[in-house]
Amino acid sequence: MATPTATPSDRVEETEGDITYIRTDKDLPPVAIIDRSPITTRHKIVFGVIALLGAIAWAIIAFFRGETVNAVWFVIAAICTYVIGFRFYARLIEMKIVRPRDDNATPAELFENATDYMPTDRRVLYGHHFAAIAGAGPLVGPVLAMQMGYLPGTIWIIIGAVVAGCVQDYLVLAISVRRRGRSLGQMARDELGAIGGAAAIIGVLVIMVILLAVLALVVVGALAESPWGVFSIAMTIPIALFMGVYLRFLRPGRVSEVSLIGVVLLLLAVISGGWVAETSWGADWFTLSKVVLSWCIIIYGFAASVLPVWLLLAPRDYLSTFMKVGTIALLAIGILLARPIMEAPAISQFATKGTGPVFAGSLFPFLFITIACGALSGFHALISSGTTPKLLEKESQMRLIGYGGMLTESFVAIMALITAAIINQHLYFVMNAPAGQTGATAQTAADYVNKLGLSGAPITAGEITDAAQSVGEKSIVSRTGGAPTLAFGMSEVLHQVFGGTSLKAFWYHFAIMFEALFILTTVDAGTRVARFMLSDGLGNLGGPMKKLQNPSWRVGAWICSVIVVAAWGGILLMGVTDPLGGINTLFPLFGIANQLLAAIALTVVTVVVVKRGLVKWAWIPALPLFWDLIVTLTASWQKIFSADPKVGYWKQHSICQAAQQAGKLCLTAKSPADVDKIVRNTFIQGTLSIIFASLVVIVFIAGTMVVLKSIRGTGRPLAEDEPVPSRIFAPSGLIPTKTEREVQKQWDALPKSSTRSVGTGVH
Amino acid sequence: MGRAAKIVHQIGWYWGSLMGDNHYRRYVDHRRRIHPGEPVISEREYWRMRHDATESNPNPRCC
Repeated sequence: MATPTATPSDRVEETEGDITYIRTDKDLPPVAIIDRSPITTRHKIVFGVIALLGAIAWAIIAFFRGETVNAVWFVIAAICTYVIGFRFYARLIEMKIVRPRDDNATPAELFENATDYMPTDRRVLYGHHFAAIAGAGPLVGPVLAMQMGYLPGTIWIIIGAVVAGCVQDYLVLAISVRRRGRSLGQMARDELGAIGGAAAIIGVLVIMVILLAVLALVVVGALAESPWGVFSIAMTIPIALFMGVYLRFLRPGRVSEVSLIGVVLLLLAVISGGWVAETSWGADWFTLSKVVLSWCIIIYGFAASVLPVWLLLAPRDYLSTFMKVGTIALLAIGILLARPIMEAPAISQFATKGTGPVFAGSLFPFLFITIACGALSGFHALISSGTTPKLLEKESQMRLIGYGGMLTESFVAIMALITAAIINQHLYFVMNAPAGQTGATAQTAADYVNKLGLSGAPITAGEITDAAQSVGEKSIVSRTGGAPTLAFGMSEVLHQVFGGTSLKAFWYHFAIMFEALFILTTVDAGTRVARFMLSDGLGNLGGPMKKLQNPSWRVGAWICSVIVVAAWGGILLMGVTDPLGGINTLFPLFGIANQLLAAIALTVVTVVVVKRGLVKWAWIPALPLFWDLIVTLTASWQKIFSADPKVGYWKQHSICQAAQQAGKLCLTAKSPADVDKIVRNTFIQGTLSIIFASLVVIVFIAGTMVVLKSIRGTGRPLAEDEPVPSRIFAPSGLIPTKTEREVQKQWDALPKSSTRSVGTGVH
Repeated sequence: MGRAAKIVHQIGWYWGSLMGDNHYRRYVDHRRRIHPGEPVISEREYWRMRHDATESNPNPRCC
């Protein structure tokens, strides 16, 4: 691909009042509008009312005691805060740091080829970006965090998104767009130098592996011993294969058509899962243990990584996008119509004591670690750099896509939090406490949760069994991982609005199916991405490894796939057989990994902001960076050094090692084999904690050194690319302004042959 | 075009762009504009090309 060079520009600026029009070609209409109009009185009143409404909603959530807080207040508090954050904070970031230049071409315009590089309508790109960043993370994290009560989670999801998550996504997108869509790893190398860059690339790879393992663990937790769930998820594979063949050979390009067929088949699979699970052969075939299920997912992940994209990966992705948009809209409508009431306390006893069964540790830092994706997700940096810049039309649209996309994800997290908070608290702990504590039967589980000192009437074994039967399951005791709890809450909400009690079991399995679908899409795409990262990284070592960089060398592709799958598969198997409970020891590692990736991304962003000479505004990315470092390094510290055997990996390790030598049992181990497992698992988990934290500290130190050099004026120059004048126009926000509409009319009036992007507007 | 028909058309266009139904048409427009007069590959070949490109450059999906 030839790099377009900057042609001598015929740049013309005209100013009329508060508005400046910029032309890059005197024969074409303006390509950029700079609007300096002050805020109108009407807008002042509108935003004032929104702020007031938001404040009232927050006051009700925070101070209203007596267990009757309605879920609608959460929705209002969230939306009002988002509107204010988007209008004022994101605008401040735009004016002071991003400083979009719509007269310069984006990577999409420069390299336009109508396949992977293409200026895409901002509303469509918003949808693409959201579908790429949203998944099971924001659904699962808030459910687990409900152990602490609804208030801390709500505050962090909403405020954290506004000042941390959205800022990260927006600024990573902004710096990547100015660097022709380069990836986070490449930008780290360019801006932080060789050591910082290498640590960032290795960090991204290891973090990816743990992410995949824990997400797969969530699926296993949701599907184990559930023939209905296993059947409907298993059916997604033949459905995807059918869709792939249909698109390849029968009707290429009819994506919506085939997705619609796929969704109908999927619904049939969920319905028929209920019948299959009732037959003796169905229960026989599809009741799988956690270990068998893990092997199935491992084999699936490997197959998806080496099979052609069109056969499995692409159709599953279509299905997943379709379901994502549809189900999230459905849940939002359900919550607004059913208006459920909170069962959870505002702040639970476990927030301060740190003895909660769902995940160990106190509110600070582990609440922030557990919520992860809904408020700040390092993983988004991989999408904001790389994929999205190649489709962006105008720099000024980044606020809508980067900042706005993450606000939507935060809203999904709030809905997940609501669905977990409306469940009976005794049932919540029955489902989420590990089997080692509940004893895995309804009676022992009832005895266990009744001793926890929760508010509300105690639960009986009969009530637990009834709850399980109402959703078509034999047991819901210790269905850890968050997904079953979310599905249970969703079925509570949705059956009230759509279909009544007879559909409760359907909604439960529908929710399980769509969560598993998201996660498996992340697992198969993630395995592939990690495989390419690995072959690229190994190829950089040179020598015979160089051959790995050739994507058509099949042997290399297989070797790297095996390594990646073995890495996350090993951790997955370790998690499912863990005597300490698996998800509650591994989920913190997932959260820490994700948040540390955010620390890497925010370090790169802060370095770029300082290098551009914007030291005065560097606090905007530095604020979330320091908060994130404090949270993650404290959590890592506790996981590594804590003397509390519920929290510290090495403490658990040393206790069990002593027990192993003395031939005794330790912690929740029930046999000498369990003791051996704990000794091994805690060693691996402890080692991983040390590796993650060290890599991030290296990246942060490298970043600090670059920042200091830059302030002293001895640093390397910025790696930004030379701007090229743009020759297209597009509005910035969701709704075009009056001026933008007028300019758009001038462009529309041009003959079709002139420069105009094909990816935009209605044809 | 009536107002209702226009809204339906808009939604259809949005959904088609999001999922990919009109991507080939977009590609044809692009080729005609950049290389007028040259033959354009068929829709079948276009999708083969798209999928081959994702083969070595997969789109990450987040958590």
